Amino acid sequence: MKKVNYLEIEGKSSGFLLLLGVLGAIILAGLGGMYYMEHNGHYVTGMDNQIVWGMPHVFAVFLIVAASGALNVASIGTVFGKAMYKPLGRLSALLALALLAGGLMVLVLDLGRPDRLVVAMTYYNFKSIFAWNIILYNGFFAVVIVYIWMMMQASMNKYYKAAGFFAFFWRLILTTGTGSIFGFLVARPGYDAAIMAPMFIIMSFAFGLAIFLLVLMLGYRWAERPLGDDMVRKLKNLLGVFVGAVMYFVLAFHLTNLYATEHHGVEKFILAGESEHTTIFWVVQILLGSIAPLAILYTKLGASRLWIGIASLLVIVGGLAQMYVIIIGGQAFPLEMFPGMEVVNSSFADGNSYHQYTPSMAETLLGLSGIAAAMLIVTLGAKVLRFMPDSLADKDVNPHHKG
Amino acid sequence: MNKPDAEPNGMSRRKFLGAGATAAGVSLAPGISLINVAEAKPLADTVTSDKRWGMLIDTNKCAKGCSACVEACNTENGLNTGDELNSRPEQKAQWIRKVDLRDKLTGHEVSLPLMCQHCENPPCVDVCPTGASFKREDGVVLVDKHICIGCRYCMMACPYKARSFIHEELTNQVEVTPRGKGTVESCTLCVHRIDEDTNNQRDPACAEACLKEGHKAMIFGDLNDSSSELSRELKKHSTKAIREDLGLNPGIRYRGI
Repeated sequence: MKKVNYLEIEGKSSGFLLLLGVLGAIILAGLGGMYYMEHNGHYVTGMDNQIVWGMPHVFAVFLIVAASGALNVASIGTVFGKAMYKPLGRLSALLALALLAGGLMVLVLDLGRPDRLVVAMTYYNFKSIFAWNIILYNGFFAVVIVYIWMMMQASMNKYYKAAGFFAFFWRLILTTGTGSIFGFLVARPGYDAAIMAPMFIIMSFAFGLAIFLLVLMLGYRWAERPLGDDMVRKLKNLLGVFVGAVMYFVLAFHLTNLYATEHHGVEKFILAGESEHTTIFWVVQILLGSIAPLAILYTKLGASRLWIGIASLLVIVGGLAQMYVIIIGGQAFPLEMFPGMEVVNSSFADGNSYHQYTPSMAETLLGLSGIAAAMLIVTLGAKVLRFMPDSLADKDVNPHHKG
Repeated sequence: MNKPDAEPNGMSRRKFLGAGATAAGVSLAPGISLINVAEAKPLADTVTSDKRWGMLIDTNKCAKGCSACVEACNTENGLNTGDELNSRPEQKAQWIRKVDLRDKLTGHEVSLPLMCQHCENPPCVDVCPTGASFKREDGVVLVDKHICIGCRYCMMACPYKARSFIHEELTNQVEVTPRGKGTVESCTLCVHRIDEDTNNQRDPACAEACLKEGHKAMIFGDLNDSSSELSRELKKHSTKAIREDLGLNPGIRYRGI
């Protein structure tokens, strides 16, 4: 095992410029969508007074959750002392920053008054989980930047373990805060569950690692740097564990709800209803996003990097589907205000049928632009600073490598 | 807090303006003048927890098909006066709505108005990141439109779906109710009427309209004043709060549900 040598990516090839061009175009389209929404008002979106959080929140919360999970790889090296993961620490931290920035961009640009961001930074209601999250998100940037600095500057290396521990705990609290946005919504039957916070943490592990694996494999392929099979195998096995763990939490969440009669309505709506949420839950989240990746990762297919890439992509798609079902599905199920009564008539869409939502193009583009922004930050970051080791070949990074 | 600005010459701003207006007021005829001085209640004793405003809604008296309260609210606060032209019906603001219910077991039907329940422990206030959602000392839950960032978390948290988001630019606003695109709003209990000085205080527009229709299904008043009609009625009859299980102690109570 030799000393790890980090190097900027060259970033001169036509492929690199094409990547920047594509990402830039998606971001521009998203910003265009945002301008259209903010200029006209939210009436041009699929959102209304029933579905108040739409597609932008699906992407934003997904990215924020994934950001915390992307840092997991660095934590495994620093906090749990796995030598093989240490060379990945810088890229893991960069990806975490980038994903958080992308997610927050979408979240902020979907506000009714994005021009009042400064208000959000200067007026705090400390009983609000949102207000804590503003502090947790800003803090995450600071903590991870310091962590990267400790990793990058040789003279500061002695503090890097402490910084890594701090970042590890910070991100656990951060994702607890994100999960609690939903967990603390006592009035809505689709939320109001303490399991939301730990479930979001384990979701972050899966989504973050899936994105990390894709970025790592594509980055090393495009930069034409060696990436060892041992490394990829370890990461894909870990991804499988996380995907399985998310399924366990989803199972525990629904089983607990199914036991209580008061939750039968919302459970039937999600698990066996007539809306798109049932299809999205079973087909996209469970079948494509969980079972299919497990089948790929733990069979012979898991030896192929192409299939590992496909599995990672499926985990991401499944994760977005899970967010959709949680965020939109949770709102689509009508509030239960009058137990034992049925709503015969209401001018404000109270009632027994669920609320419909059709996302507009502008919303979806804004959401996608968050992903593109995150990828652009990673690409440019890796070009200007030394985030990626010049070799991740097994013989260079794995202390237990034989041969 | 809430003290009126002290004037250097000892004259309050209100008195000064009053005197000025009187001097400058153009009398057209005895009793008719172009300028009237608004006699608002002195700021110092505006809002205290001595009062807690609330309402009793008697669903036995609320007539199915009658929406006088909704129309009165819309007129009073400038809602749906032709300015939300682009918003879909599900996007338009509604501060108060009529809901007809049927008991699944017995078939018994009731009709009731539903609006912000002005909780003692409002979830919308808990979750608001900037403090734009707030509860006054007298129990009225409001949105400060100046610091609302339009995050809509309060709408997620409200158990009554009582809040509306403004989905487009508004014109034609009424003076007493400033509203704005991209912010959230809900029933104010016609706070501008409550805040008038004692002699001019009026019931919220919905309750007033209900009375005018002859139903008297909405009784507004001070929950802390045991001699108020509201308190007396509440003491006499069994009443319920919607989603009592949440322990929010709303200021709006219902009979007959």
